[in-house]
Amino acid sequence: MTEVPQPPHKRRAHTSTRDLERYAGLFAERTTVMRSSAMRDLMAVTARPEVISLAGGLPDTSTFPPERLAAQMSKIAADSAAAALQYGPTEGFDETKDCIVEVMAAEGMLPDPDDIVITTGGQQAIDLVTKTLVDPGDVVICEAPTYPGAVPVFCSYQADVRQIEMDGDGMRIDLLEELLEDLKAEGRRPKFIYTVPTFQNPGGVTLSLERRARLVELARLHEILVVEDNPYGMLRFGGEALPPLYQLDGGDFVIYLGTFSKILSPGIRLGWVVAPPPVLEKIVLGKGATDLCTSTLTQFFVRQYFSEGGWKSYVEDLVDLYRGRRDTMLEALAEHFPAEATWTEPEGGLFIWATLPDYIDTGDLLAKALRSDVAFVPGQAAYVDERGKNSMRLNFSGVNDAEIREGIKRIGRVIGEQVELYESLAPDTSESAATTPSLPAQDESAEPSNVVPLRKEANG
Amino acid sequence: VKVVVLKGGRSLERGVSLRSGARVEDALERLGHEVVPIDAGADLVKRLRAEKPDVAFVALHGVGGEDGTAQELLEILGIPFTGPAAAACARSIDKVMAKATMRGAGIPTPEFFAFTQTAFRDLGAADALADLEGTLGFPLVVKPSRGGSSLGVKFAASAAEVPGALVAAFSYDDRVMLERFIDGREVAVSVLGGEALPIVEAIPAEGDPYDFEARYEIGRTHFVCPADLSPTDRAAITDAALATCRALGCEGFARVDLILGSDGPWVLEVNAIPGLTDTSLLPQAAEAAGMSFEDLVTRILDLALAPSAA
Repeated sequence: MTEVPQPPHKRRAHTSTRDLERYAGLFAERTTVMRSSAMRDLMAVTARPEVISLAGGLPDTSTFPPERLAAQMSKIAADSAAAALQYGPTEGFDETKDCIVEVMAAEGMLPDPDDIVITTGGQQAIDLVTKTLVDPGDVVICEAPTYPGAVPVFCSYQADVRQIEMDGDGMRIDLLEELLEDLKAEGRRPKFIYTVPTFQNPGGVTLSLERRARLVELARLHEILVVEDNPYGMLRFGGEALPPLYQLDGGDFVIYLGTFSKILSPGIRLGWVVAPPPVLEKIVLGKGATDLCTSTLTQFFVRQYFSEGGWKSYVEDLVDLYRGRRDTMLEALAEHFPAEATWTEPEGGLFIWATLPDYIDTGDLLAKALRSDVAFVPGQAAYVDERGKNSMRLNFSGVNDAEIREGIKRIGRVIGEQVELYESLAPDTSESAATTPSLPAQDESAEPSNVVPLRKEANG
Repeated sequence: VKVVVLKGGRSLERGVSLRSGARVEDALERLGHEVVPIDAGADLVKRLRAEKPDVAFVALHGVGGEDGTAQELLEILGIPFTGPAAAACARSIDKVMAKATMRGAGIPTPEFFAFTQTAFRDLGAADALADLEGTLGFPLVVKPSRGGSSLGVKFAASAAEVPGALVAAFSYDDRVMLERFIDGREVAVSVLGGEALPIVEAIPAEGDPYDFEARYEIGRTHFVCPADLSPTDRAAITDAALATCRALGCEGFARVDLILGSDGPWVLEVNAIPGLTDTSLLPQAAEAAGMSFEDLVTRILDLALAPSAA
């Protein structure tokens, strides 16, 4: 029992060029669109402890009382150790589904528990839906910008991704209609429209009620599915909640994706899909092939946690915390970002999307920012094409107020330097170079959007 | 032999460095050495003093590791280390300084102009841009002076694209250069112990030839080693590479990147600490010369312990 453990077996060190070519010859075609890049290497630097990272999408899990977790896990061990350590049904435990029904009811939805499959996080839900619906070359429609984590999923299933611009009211449904007509003329039917309608990641904007209604209507009309990803709906800081697409549609053409990541913990990796029974059946088969079932232990944990009540008050605590941090970030942006910058003012969620003058590439800006020990997500990660190069995603949930202030101050400083430099390089173009922002492109007739153009002078 | 492997650090190329370092550690362990990996940080000197290694294997890339900073500390501490001496590293990582040295030694390197940020901000250098653009022609290449990978390297197809490219390049360094674009084949010569290894050619697999991101990515760039070259070209490339290493003082260990244009080879830059990952060019070249990765690591270590053997 006290034997000294052997060092782990080391992989053969001399992987040769021939080996590499041999592996490369075996790779599936879809791996050619899974790209790594120098920019991805750059993100490795953001993990250094001295870096203030506004790049993550992390909820603040330090707010969960450790003694509570200990008590819950002890209870599970005492009551049902054997079952908690065992495999479970592919679609998930009924008792955990009851918790999901409770969460969805809190947002006005009444799903049939039989329409639910519990997944290993919301990310697996996106993967399974795409796996179920998309053949190589099939059209998938999403927002521009879209959730950066969805891009590699769509790419790995070789989808033909079309991104629809947004404004302060979310996805431009007029542009969506145009695209649907164009596709129809080409004889192509998109498989689904992926959207984060509420507190969009990364845009921070929310789809208006009129547009929600029209989107659901279009889905029926064209008989295509809408995949509604709603991780942040409960994290509303103010204003009236809007009905989820699932509620408006009744679940005929809307597949709903939910998660416990933002209301409880991302570490437990629990998400879910609600889909019409024929689609759900295929998703369950796909999930069985992927991982047989979602973690039994964490499903038991959720069940235990919900049985004690009070899950809503924990969400309320998070909302209070994040509201304060959002306010801090908005204040810091107003103080430190240059006059040419614009950004969204989200009513909930975790992210602000900022857009800089179009001559600034936020990938390069990140390199400069890292020299000041601060990080963000360059906008291009949210696009399948070359758009978004002058935008960035900023997270306000995972760091404290002091770090938000300092982080934004540092980013503002490096942007200011670039603006100043550009103006010294191209004095004649400084007028016309003032922003062609990608998000705040709302049409004149639209209601005042929550996109705030900054009017402050660049700080020296 | 007790070997510390220096890797990681604060450089933007931290990711590549960690991969190089991990692969070197594996090889050193297999060779029976006592290996101590160190992620270069604020406690570097303290840890080196405590470990008292026989030799340091430097697997750091980019500013902070490849620029002579770490090497200088190792020289002060009297610890032998792999790769070029501090002064040679400092000369090599700075493309402007390296190209000036090459020019002085009569080695062909594309025409260039270098600027600091101050020149634009305080001295109105922007007014000189049009003249330079006339001299260099389009497209031209804008590069940060220091930095080992393709980060911040941009093509400008017209005068309108130059300011944006400069802003990008200045994100990585306070000095940048505008360089004449040479159309041709991309080749790299790795040098070990004063001798050139077989030449590697990088052939972009698809798409935009100006996409630097694609250049060193498996599947998007195809590497041929030894490169298919005429004996004349091969000799000219090898001579230029060796002359470059001699001029910069890194003939023991380095990789020289060149473009073979219609009028012969042009030296672009020298990497004092070339990558040692699975996809790096130096290990490929060594393999083409019949050396396994272990052989390569052994040779690099021998050169560090007995520099006269170079």
